[in-house]
Amino acid sequence: MSTDLHFDQIRLPPECERLRKEVRLFLADEIAKGTFDPYRPGHGDSHDPSFSKRIGAKGWIGMTWPKKYGGQERSFLERYVVTEEFRVVNAPVRLHFVADRQSGPILLKYAPEHVKMDILPRICRGELCFVIGMSEPGSGSDLFAAKTKATKVDGGFKINGSKIWTSNAHIADYMLGLFRTSPPTKENRRHGLTQFLVNMKTPGIAINPIYQMTGQHDFNEVVFDDAFIPDDHVMGEIDGAWKQATSELAYERSGPERFLETFYLMLELIRAVGPEPDTRSAEGLGRLVAQLHTLRRMSVSVAGMLHAGKEPVVEGSIVKDLGTIWEQKLPHRVRELTAFLSPEIGNRATLEEQLAFATTVAPKLTIQGGTTEILRGIIARGLGLR
Amino acid sequence: MTGESDHIVAETAARILADLADPQIVNRAKNGAWKEPLWRALAEAGLPLAWVPDDLGGSGASLADGFAVLGAAGRVALGVPLAETLLAGWLLARAKMKSPEGAMTIAPVRPLDRITLGGDATLSGRALGILFAADVRHIAVLADSGKGAHVALVDVKACRIDGGKTPAGDSSNTVTFERIRPLAIAPANIDRDALMLVGAVARSVQTAGALETVLALSVAYANERVAFERPIGKFQAVQQNLARLAGEVAAALAVSGSATDTLVQSGKFDDAAFLEGASAKIRCAEAATEGAAIAHQVFGAIGFTQEHVLHRFTTRMLAWRDDFGNESWWAAELGKHVAKRGADEFWPLVASR
Repeated sequence: MSTDLHFDQIRLPPECERLRKEVRLFLADEIAKGTFDPYRPGHGDSHDPSFSKRIGAKGWIGMTWPKKYGGQERSFLERYVVTEEFRVVNAPVRLHFVADRQSGPILLKYAPEHVKMDILPRICRGELCFVIGMSEPGSGSDLFAAKTKATKVDGGFKINGSKIWTSNAHIADYMLGLFRTSPPTKENRRHGLTQFLVNMKTPGIAINPIYQMTGQHDFNEVVFDDAFIPDDHVMGEIDGAWKQATSELAYERSGPERFLETFYLMLELIRAVGPEPDTRSAEGLGRLVAQLHTLRRMSVSVAGMLHAGKEPVVEGSIVKDLGTIWEQKLPHRVRELTAFLSPEIGNRATLEEQLAFATTVAPKLTIQGGTTEILRGIIARGLGLR
Repeated sequence: MTGESDHIVAETAARILADLADPQIVNRAKNGAWKEPLWRALAEAGLPLAWVPDDLGGSGASLADGFAVLGAAGRVALGVPLAETLLAGWLLARAKMKSPEGAMTIAPVRPLDRITLGGDATLSGRALGILFAADVRHIAVLADSGKGAHVALVDVKACRIDGGKTPAGDSSNTVTFERIRPLAIAPANIDRDALMLVGAVARSVQTAGALETVLALSVAYANERVAFERPIGKFQAVQQNLARLAGEVAAALAVSGSATDTLVQSGKFDDAAFLEGASAKIRCAEAATEGAAIAHQVFGAIGFTQEHVLHRFTTRMLAWRDDFGNESWWAAELGKHVAKRGADEFWPLVASR
């Protein structure tokens, strides 16, 4: 615990820039083919099985994993480049993104060998969608209040209860879920939860859609009624899941997806103000550019430090705190900065469509994957305040 | 210079500053008597002229060394013209001019101020907000002329110096040049934009340093100060504020570090340096604004007293926002630059860093 914060000056190495060129060519080709429209982030399905398979064929899913599991053994910085290039064009990566970012790494660490050999290569080929089963109707940010039970039976566990806000559950093949195997102890309220791999085709699992305020279907409620999970699908220590969430979280928190979610508005703002903006527009744009550049340099730095084996837990949480607030405010800033522009500007229709979409998406950005309040609690702990 | 030597110079600076410019001791001092022994120690270690080559009277340290010294100076909210002398020496060295002994300052520091070199080889014009002009003997001036930018070394006594103080109480003067004959003059080899950029990065590094100390002080205070029978740092509202402060400190450290790294690695004043330097000045100034407000909120009334050391940091980092282009000016410049390149060139620019 310390107030010392560190950001190593990481510049992406040449192999990253070669890869970036390759990714840009691939994406330009997909856009030309009409796979997706980079200017219309709210349109179309963000989950596209054939597109995910083509990405898998390029070797860009699970690219840091060992070759024997279908990976490419490339660096985390190379993965960073792929992630950001896909994100800035709003490519539909929903099917494989969670598996690539966090589920695969958990399997790599905790799954038995035969499970790894079965599942990881399929993730790498872009065939599998994962869902995270953490929140419950009675427990959201307070993960360790989870009640959904896994009861020991012959050869495995029976699960009863429900998970909620499960993005992608309706299209997912597997869930990595947190279930209660023992009650908490007096000394440790985090004790008693175990992480499981759940095949979503298991009998006894029902999925109920919950539509979001954007009109999109992403959330679900997943209800377990005596769903059986075999023993070899236990991920890590029984009752000890609380010990397992460490460095993966830093990747999850500090990646480019934590500040680029509404990036399309930056491009639309630049188009709207034109090549010779007035002072107000120029100043507003310039501040946003400086803030974005700062966030990206912080994010690249955290990626580089993780890659070097360091544990920048506080720095990673700060990237998500600042980044999500920035991307959340962006639609409102763009709205203000375009207030005095001519009604005849060429991209008016696209701009307004994007603003309407981003404005409804914005509230979730500081909630998903750890709320602002939880992140700041983690930062405060890192500073030595708790 | 090797990485090791960076540490030696920075550690020397930190040691001298800890011994002779401790903020608590300086804050309690009745007068400026602490400044003389401090400056002597800094000068003996070659720090004020770190950016001046040996043959021009300096110590020939690297750009990285000098920025490390500025970070150390920021961490104690140093109120003597160390940064100004470093920058003045750097400017004189661009024109292959020798640096004089003693503290210097530099002009202009506001992007709209103009000092011109006339056909009679005299300087005319006015520069606002020149830090420490009333306290030093020489000013290094970047002047415009029909024959390109020139660097001039000017005796302060030859100029009109009007009073003024920053919120921190440091001299901040309007310097008027009325057909002043400089002590020396030579073609600059750099332009005003480059001077503003290096100055902006220097102020960003100082600001990030000051913010680091402000965070450490604020967290320590929140853990000590008891209210409602608990240290105030145990209250979530205070924790959230301190986490926000940490975010501002982190942003300032990361972006100022990135900008110095860029100048150190490339030495060019290209698009990359412009994005990095402008962003550093903008984001560090924003961090100063937010960070100062949060820190004062954490400290409450005691932080608003003369007796408490906090104001030495907050007022200086707020004042530094105005030097070498404030954040609004840089933002407008950066915005114009990005708009001119167009939307399709924007992501490639960001991703290139």
